[in-house]
Amino acid sequence: MADVNRGDRPLSPHLQVYRPQITSVTSILTRLTGNALIVGGLMVTWWFLAAAAGPDAFATADGVLTSWFGKLVFLGSIWALWYHTLAGIRHLIWDAGYMLELEISEKSGWAIVIGSVVLAVLTVVVL
Amino acid sequence: MSYVTDRKRVSGLGSARSGTTHHWHQTVLSAALVILVPLFLLTFGAALGEPWPEVVAYYSRPFPALVAALTLTVGWIHFAKGVQMLIEDYVRGFARKALIVATTCFSYAAALACVFAVARLAL
Repeated sequence: MADVNRGDRPLSPHLQVYRPQITSVTSILTRLTGNALIVGGLMVTWWFLAAAAGPDAFATADGVLTSWFGKLVFLGSIWALWYHTLAGIRHLIWDAGYMLELEISEKSGWAIVIGSVVLAVLTVVVL
Repeated sequence: MSYVTDRKRVSGLGSARSGTTHHWHQTVLSAALVILVPLFLLTFGAALGEPWPEVVAYYSRPFPALVAALTLTVGWIHFAKGVQMLIEDYVRGFARKALIVATTCFSYAAALACVFAVARLAL
């Protein structure tokens, strides 16, 4: 029967046995940035709720968001947002069947890493 | 002894579980976010740091208000589906179900809180 050895099967090779490559690192970063954006997302949600609640609540939220801690979170979130956006575009292109060759995927991996830093710096400078 | 056939026992246990609907929804939401995220950064960035009366005046304009409402709802739903994938990959059994229920409820609550807040600012 197929039930032999249930629960005692070998695990397939995972992160620890592979040398980091640009394709795997960009994949891990995509998941990491997407889920980490919960912090920035909550801060923005709080800011809007506080603004709707009135000037006192707004002053508290705005104080936290524009403090050094808030600015640090936003700096990270801006980069994470741009990285996740570029990585998402890369996934949309892959899903359409283009740029799937290993060499091109490695190049597009570097492109989204560098592109996200450039866009994050631009965003901070402009805003 | 179980009377379920081997084929039936493993059916639906692949990594996708329920076909491609979840992935397709993420595709649609992400395509919307490619447009919305830059617009939101520009509008929200202009308002952040301003005093309260300026913020209220800014978000009573239709364009910034609509961009904020759309980005935050689509964003939170995209987050709910993304974090579900993370949970499915690393958590098993009852904890998996409980976490997916909790994060989904939380994300939809956050999305609707944003809609309420923006509507109150805009109207």
